[in-house]
Amino acid sequence: MAKFKGATVVDTERCKGCNLCVVACPLDVLALTAKSVNQKGYPYAQEVKEDTCNGCASCATVCPDGCITVYRKKAE
Amino acid sequence: MTREEIIQPENLVYKKPALLNDVPMHYCPGCSHGMVHKLIAEIIEEMGMEEKTIGVCPVGCAVFAYKYVDIDWQEAAHGRAPAVATAVKRLWPNHLVFTYQGDGDLACIGTGETIHALNRGENIVVIFINNAIYGMTGGQMAPTTLIGQKTATCPYGREVKLHGWPLKITEIAATLDGTCYVTRQAVHNVAAIKKAKKAIRKAFENSLAGKGSSLVEIVSTCNSGWKLSPEKSNQWMEENMFNFYKLGDLKDE
Ligand SMILES: Cc1ncc(C[n+]2csc(CCOP(=O)(O)OP(=O)(O)O)c2C)c(N)n1
Repeated sequence: MAKFKGATVVDTERCKGCNLCVVACPLDVLALTAKSVNQKGYPYAQEVKEDTCNGCASCATVCPDGCITVYRKKAE
Repeated sequence: MTREEIIQPENLVYKKPALLNDVPMHYCPGCSHGMVHKLIAEIIEEMGMEEKTIGVCPVGCAVFAYKYVDIDWQEAAHGRAPAVATAVKRLWPNHLVFTYQGDGDLACIGTGETIHALNRGENIVVIFINNAIYGMTGGQMAPTTLIGQKTATCPYGREVKLHGWPLKITEIAATLDGTCYVTRQAVHNVAAIKKAKKAIRKAFENSLAGKGSSLVEIVSTCNSGWKLSPEKSNQWMEENMFNFYKLGDLKDE
């Protein structure tokens, strides 16, 4: 089976810290910031596990505010 | 492989639909409204109907939907969206016309308009966000509130003797001759979101084909009104709402 490497880009200013992407990620790649907040005062989602994302886009699919962009590349 | 190598335009698999603009949505964190707005924007984009779609906004939390999805919109008085959509569709028969309404709007103050527009078989789509509560005004009981569910106006839980039974307006819609497609969906996980997207697209296509009215109910959460986290709200919905509001197609002709 082909292996994929993925990456997420979170629009941290648009993110409201609802945590739904964190719950949806099957590989536990995302978590909300513990110490920093965005300009609106929300903690925001960020990748906390390096080299794990496979670009399945579950996080972005469930994001109600459309804050996440996902990229996926076939690993050679 | 570095992150920079992955983050390249040719590797893009998911991004916010362009039709959903950059205006920050006023919805609470985790609100189902945002999710459904995003689906509607994706579908209209995929259908290439950006210039030929007219939405009708309700009164309720989605009153500002027109600020977020870049199509033409008309605001309606509380509950009157299907009546307004009737006029819009009759004047613009080649346009895709849909209403977007909450349960307080659609199943309470606007029950008459909803049932009659659907029964007339107007070629419109009604998107019905059922969060079992009046979200915008602070979480009061709606006709759709479940038995035993606590709200601001039934703090001890809804009681049949005092408040009557929850209203299954989608089941009623399925019995009407004017409807061609009546379905109940949810947007709490990836699989449900994909199904809901297909359902909304089918409803839009039916209305363009002149088959009659379609109703797409989305069983939704109102985490602020329910006083739960977004995640717990999804769990509560799965455990309680889905038993009463069963997901699936009720009518497909
Ligand atoms: C004629 C009229 N009556 C009452 C109101 C007050 N009001 C505003 S929103 C709302 C209920 C909205 O609930 P719902 O349709 O379920 O939408 P939600 O906010 O949950 O998305 C009410 C009763 C109003 N704006 N206009």
